[in-house]
Amino acid sequence: MAEQPQAIKPVIEIDDLSSKKRFRDLPFWFFALILIAIFVFIVISSNEDYNNAFMFIKAGLIITIKTTLIAFSIATLFGLLAGLGRISKNVIINNLARLYVELIRGIPILVLIFFIALVGVPVLVGGMNNLGFWLTERGLGFLGGIFTKITNQNISMNSRAIISLAVTYGAYLAEIFRAGIQSISKGQMEAARSLGMSYSQAMRYVILPQAVRNVLPALGNDFVAMVKDSSLVSVLAVRDITQVARLYAGSTFRFREAYVTLSVMYLTMTVVLSLLVQLLERRLRSHE
Amino acid sequence: MNKADHIIVVKDLYKYFGDIKAVDGVSLNVERGKVVVVIGPSGSGKSTLLRCINHLEIPSSGEVWIDGEQITHDAKQINEIRAEIGMVFQLFNLFPHLTVMENITLAQKIIRGRSQAEAAQVALEQLKRVGIPEKADAYPTNLSGGQQQRVAIARALAMKPKIMLFDEPTSALDPEMIKEVLDVMLDLAQEGMTMVCVSHEMGFVRSAADEVVFMDFGKIVEQTTPEGLFNNPQHERTKLFLSQILAH
Ligand SMILES: Nc1ncnc2c1ncn2[C@@H]1O[C@H](COP(=O)(O)OP(=O)(O)O)[C@@H](O)[C@H]1O
Ligand SMILES: [Mg+2]
Repeated sequence: MAEQPQAIKPVIEIDDLSSKKRFRDLPFWFFALILIAIFVFIVISSNEDYNNAFMFIKAGLIITIKTTLIAFSIATLFGLLAGLGRISKNVIINNLARLYVELIRGIPILVLIFFIALVGVPVLVGGMNNLGFWLTERGLGFLGGIFTKITNQNISMNSRAIISLAVTYGAYLAEIFRAGIQSISKGQMEAARSLGMSYSQAMRYVILPQAVRNVLPALGNDFVAMVKDSSLVSVLAVRDITQVARLYAGSTFRFREAYVTLSVMYLTMTVVLSLLVQLLERRLRSHE
Repeated sequence: MNKADHIIVVKDLYKYFGDIKAVDGVSLNVERGKVVVVIGPSGSGKSTLLRCINHLEIPSSGEVWIDGEQITHDAKQINEIRAEIGMVFQLFNLFPHLTVMENITLAQKIIRGRSQAEAAQVALEQLKRVGIPEKADAYPTNLSGGQQQRVAIARALAMKPKIMLFDEPTSALDPEMIKEVLDVMLDLAQEGMTMVCVSHEMGFVRSAADEVVFMDFGKIVEQTTPEGLFNNPQHERTKLFLSQILAH
């Protein structure tokens, strides 16, 4: 009984501390962002020059969103396959996956986009043409015809941009998937195998569902990063918001309006998406 | 005389990890329906021996025969044989993303090809056997250690295995939960399941074991009956180990 008053005191202190801490932990940067956003939105909607810039640039929004969504979906597939390859005990698969990851991660994204779109795709098309001729020579003209008909013109810059981003991000996502799979305890695989499941069944039903859940926030963060990196495809003259903003600035000389508007558009997308990722992370943690 | 019906035959088994001889020349026969308990100090190769029996570890050399079939490195055959050998682990290894019911039905459906309804019925039977049918819809994290281990046993039994392997199934449990797991194992032994158990629960050895195997440094030092072990151990190392175990 005598101990009780003593016990209460530290509790109050802790409470005090935590309310101070809670104040310090408030996302002031976020409030500042919101204020900036509101300010800029008011400017854009009330100032005719900004309004014009926005009306022009928003034409690229569909391309930016489409490029990011498709490229990220393909990158997820590449990343999953390469991540599985990285942990494979098969020497060939393992080294191929490692080669892909190291190669891509050692080259700047901008250079990769040039390279894949302007060198990789033509080489691939040439290879498919050769395959087509080879098949035709062997009397498989109906199959060969499909491959010989492909030309570089068939593959638009938009598609090349998507391929470039997907190949690049696949290598980054591979490491996320690899880490996610390796974070699942070895006992899970053993339990699954001991029940008679094959390696791939164990992966599919036991390991991957847990691993994917663990890496969802990391995937979300990389999605946000890709929204920003999608601006790089403007170097291929793909008409995303960055390219359209450049065109607008170039033709009107309204650089400030163009690039302020462009920045705010990216910021709006990334901040909203980051918030969603944080919400997802909190939900996943509370369900543990 | 009929030749004894050996459902497990281990012949000259060696398993090295680099320089470590985890299993160093072990031969062991287990008769159908018998319970063999493996004891021995930590690191003596008990787990490795058990894991070689269902090929979770690939032996460095030697043979393992299960019910007349030699386990080879053929992956398909290994999967089929493993489905006949249930294994219970020290740390339960339930699938945390699945409910108890899903844990028990998953392999039944994809390996045994049972329908959801069939699998669920078998699961419920097994959950009743281990005494927790009311936990069918719970997630593993919401169960006590003893309950989790009983679900793990039910999950293995639902495959209708011919053999059950237990690797220290109670050593991660709080003392008050050990009995509920041992009781399930005892029932199983009495029903005639062939069992190989690594366990230092001497009460279980006394009441369930047909044979006791004492391992040290990767070798079988002594193979005897529970009476032989407790009343008349042959080797100094066995006596020393027993005195340490029983001193607890
Ligand atoms: N995967 C492994 N890699 C390397 N060494 C291992 C591995 N598994 C077991 N060992 C070693 O093999 C020996 C026997 O281990 P184990 O069979 O787990 O013994 P026990 O179950 O009797 O405690 C120990 O020295 C252990 O460190
Ligand atoms: Mg062990």
